[in-house]
Amino acid sequence: MIINHPLLGPRDAQEFVYLGDANLIDRPDPSSSTALDDFHDYLYLRDNPAGSHRELWFHEQGDRSWLVVTRDTTTHEITHVELASEYAKRQGRDR
Amino acid sequence: MSGINRLDGGQIDRNNVLTFSFDGKRYSGFGGDTLVSALLANNVRLMGRSFKYHRPRGVFTAGSEEPNALVELRSGARREPNSRATVAELYEGLTAQSQNRFPSLRFDALAFNDTLASFLSSGFYYKTFMWPVAFWEKVYEPFIRRAAGLGRLSGEEDPDTYDKGFLHCDLLIVGAGPSGLAAALTAGRAGAEVILAEEDFALGGRLLAESGILTDRLASDWIEEVTAELVALPNVRLMTRTTVFGQYDHGIFGAVERVSDHIPEPQPNKPRQILWRIYSKRALLNAGATERPIPFENNDRPGIMLAGAMRAYANRWAVTAARNVVVFTNNDDGHRTARDLSEKGVDVAAVVDCRHNAPTSADFEVIEGAEVIGSRGRLGLKAVKMRFKDGSEREIACGALGVAGGWNPNVHLTCHKRGRPEWNGDISAFIPVKSEDSALRVAGAAAGIFSTHGALQSGAQGAIDALNDLGISARFPALPEAEDAPVNIAPFWYVKGGTGRAWLDLQNDVTIKDINLAHQEGFRSVEHVKRYTTLGMATDQGKTANIGALAVLADIEGKSIPEVGTTIFRPPYTPVSIGTFAGRSRGKEFRPYRLTPSHKWAAEQDAVFVEVGNWLRAQWFPLKGETHWRQSVDREVIAVRKSVGICDVTTLGKIDVQGADAAEFLNHIYCNGFAKLPVGKTRYGLILREDGMAMDDGTAARLAEDHFVITTTTANAVSAFRHMEFCRQCLWPGLDVQLISTTEAWAQFSVAGPNARKLMQKIVDTDHDITNEGFPYMACGEITICGGLRARLFRISFSGELAYEIAVPTRYGDALIRRLIEAGKEFDVVPYGTEALGVLRIEKGHAAGNELNGQSTAAMLGMGRMVSQKKDSIGRVLAGRPYLQRVDDYRLIGLLPVNLDSVILAGAHLMNVGMESCAANDQGWVTSAAYSPHIGSSIALAFLKKGDQRHGDVIRIVNPLSDGDIEAKVTSPHFIDPEGERLRV
Repeated sequence: MIINHPLLGPRDAQEFVYLGDANLIDRPDPSSSTALDDFHDYLYLRDNPAGSHRELWFHEQGDRSWLVVTRDTTTHEITHVELASEYAKRQGRDR
Repeated sequence: MSGINRLDGGQIDRNNVLTFSFDGKRYSGFGGDTLVSALLANNVRLMGRSFKYHRPRGVFTAGSEEPNALVELRSGARREPNSRATVAELYEGLTAQSQNRFPSLRFDALAFNDTLASFLSSGFYYKTFMWPVAFWEKVYEPFIRRAAGLGRLSGEEDPDTYDKGFLHCDLLIVGAGPSGLAAALTAGRAGAEVILAEEDFALGGRLLAESGILTDRLASDWIEEVTAELVALPNVRLMTRTTVFGQYDHGIFGAVERVSDHIPEPQPNKPRQILWRIYSKRALLNAGATERPIPFENNDRPGIMLAGAMRAYANRWAVTAARNVVVFTNNDDGHRTARDLSEKGVDVAAVVDCRHNAPTSADFEVIEGAEVIGSRGRLGLKAVKMRFKDGSEREIACGALGVAGGWNPNVHLTCHKRGRPEWNGDISAFIPVKSEDSALRVAGAAAGIFSTHGALQSGAQGAIDALNDLGISARFPALPEAEDAPVNIAPFWYVKGGTGRAWLDLQNDVTIKDINLAHQEGFRSVEHVKRYTTLGMATDQGKTANIGALAVLADIEGKSIPEVGTTIFRPPYTPVSIGTFAGRSRGKEFRPYRLTPSHKWAAEQDAVFVEVGNWLRAQWFPLKGETHWRQSVDREVIAVRKSVGICDVTTLGKIDVQGADAAEFLNHIYCNGFAKLPVGKTRYGLILREDGMAMDDGTAARLAEDHFVITTTTANAVSAFRHMEFCRQCLWPGLDVQLISTTEAWAQFSVAGPNARKLMQKIVDTDHDITNEGFPYMACGEITICGGLRARLFRISFSGELAYEIAVPTRYGDALIRRLIEAGKEFDVVPYGTEALGVLRIEKGHAAGNELNGQSTAAMLGMGRMVSQKKDSIGRVLAGRPYLQRVDDYRLIGLLPVNLDSVILAGAHLMNVGMESCAANDQGWVTSAAYSPHIGSSIALAFLKKGDQRHGDVIRIVNPLSDGDIEAKVTSPHFIDPEGERLRV
């Protein structure tokens, strides 16, 4: 597969390490009263769609960017790639 | 003299006479011959024995789809079994051996299998070797192993090299037949970056195998002209002897180039083969078509082959399998074979056409509405038996039979990404499905366009369409006039009736009866039939067999062939040797290791090395006279505790953390607090996973308000860094912090022991105060040594002794170890390896990889209170799960044997005294064990249920694997200096 890195252009998937569902970015609020349940769901409950899937790839053999890649799990077609840091900021993550 | 079956003409170089041997007998052929064409020229029809029944077999095809003519090519270490002789180019001195026969090809003892045929039908192994169970190891397996397989491996190391390479192009053209050449010409002239890959050693494809199919000129002239133009175009790369074997995601194709298979051995510094990964923007498949047989009783005799192959041998290689031949056909193409052979002077005894409207010929007899129903001649065809349309039968003497059952487009590559072909009734074959995805187009016979005119036109148009996608405009070239015959075929899949065996899969010996049997036994799906009968599972992947089996299944089920469906084609298209996939990754190159900065010096000291993660580290440093590793390790440990020792700790992961929010970032990463760590101080840190289990540990040294240097364990250096980048980019992207791995940038040594300071003072420049007051325990700082060399100094200890870790830029690592050893002579300094390092840390009770194995919590490690509740950190919430807080959880303890001579082994389990040794009574396990010269006995670290409350108890250490059962006292994990006084002097 080829991943179109937003900074470096098309790169072979072999340069990357796969992590999984991009929902890992949505880390729950640890100070919530339901934090224990929230973290359980966050860590252990994942969707496994046959189709479009937003997932995390790490450019370990490259610039060490974490990317959010939108890939169709049935065809491997990649429809969108962006820096995970930008995606995370849009999700409201900051510091 | 080169063979009685040689005809006139052909694409061979008669001035280049080549001698070769087959089964020890010498023959000669010409340049341009394959092993098969040269054998046929010499009237050799018997070339192999079949896999299961050891039936005598001859060549069946003229290409890479060959099921029968498999040989061991070359000799010695270069012997390659199961080589397809149809694509083995002849060279001077070639040697080949037939295989799967004993003692000889003509007389094979295991041919008795053939007489047991009714016993050896499909599923024989599953049904027969079920019982008695005891027979498996002693009787069945040795027998099966001896009988299994075809050719033999040399058993020697491959003396040749294999390379890997990467190529990029606008348009990859697979196959250089008429459509591929037309496409390459079109795309090449348009200026596109083009790769034209052809599995044969010559360009032209079917143009080489036919006669008179270009009507306005000679095919060989056109090929020569196109080749010359393509060679002259700098944007076109011509790759012959290159098989594109697989299509992968996003336009990536795998190809193998056989650089040196056509010569006795590779030229100096050349590989035998190259594995190419081709990145294409667009691809055009022109892989042609494969002819299919019509199975009938005993259709596997040497001399029976595909009619198109028979024609290719006559036209391209100027050979015939015999002087008198018969053709059996269900379509017009068979007549073309008869015509070409007849024109070359071969006696065509008859064309047996199962159709009732067959074309006639003045040159040979055509028998309409007839079928070939049998054959005679065990080691070589002598006659075929045919049945007229009125039911009467007749035998026709012949030495070869050409069978023409129609052609199947080579759709394989279009199916590698789960594409399924569709049925086309006009040509009675599967063709590639029209895909939404235009990255791979198909032209010529591969698309079911069987005329030469159609191939040329569709190839050029395919290239124009593909380049149009890329915004490159191309013009339709002038192409030769060519035959444009329609496909006239009457589907006829196999001859019915008869009591004998009709072979579908020649390589795996699968008959029509086997398909019937599989179906009777409930294997209805085509995928199940394939696996039960092994049809299509041999090295040829059933290229000539699969469609026949589908037809048989369709008849049984009363369905049509497309209703039965096809099995899935997967890469590789033809076999690729394992050596090619391995490339240069052999021996030590298979898994390269990294060397520490002191490696050269350590090797000079005759150190024994051990692989640790990616690294090669010194394990111990034997002195003269030490004959057992324990002598060396004990001496090193004692020397550290008594005076001073030095260990290369460069392999620990080192990460530079900088930025205004560096401390806040570390507060998120580590479960313990870092915000208040003063500049110039180091702190131990424990990293948890988000699920609350310990991930890794190390130290963080604060060199400035906004600058930390942290360490990870050697094993987790890569994964911990990855985790930290995840936290930085994905979880807290607003923090002002940057990370970089500096593991390779700094050489780092541990200097440990009571005399460590005295030794360090000899190399640290005097303007830096490293007294206990000026540089206390856990201090850190940037200093200079040896008269101005910048260095980093950390007063941290893994051994439990007064210790420093000194880091210098990596290029000074070798000089520093030599300087330290020289300076330390007056203190009897010793270098120590990973083994002594391990003993020292076990004596001190420090956790390492054995304890941080992904199953342990901070609480188990005795660090539960370190998990700060005043701040948020990774793993804090789930570390608070009730289950991880239970009071009877495991705790890290020390173990001291009651009998000091007893030896504790890591991995042993703990049981209470007087209790049965069983899983239900398990109390914990030993994580690390060593002989402690300090204590004078074996000691261990272990996880024990409620271990923190059981110090002083006696427990049993049980090792069921070697009947070990010893008693030990539970102690604190700190065997030396539990108060840490030695660290602070």
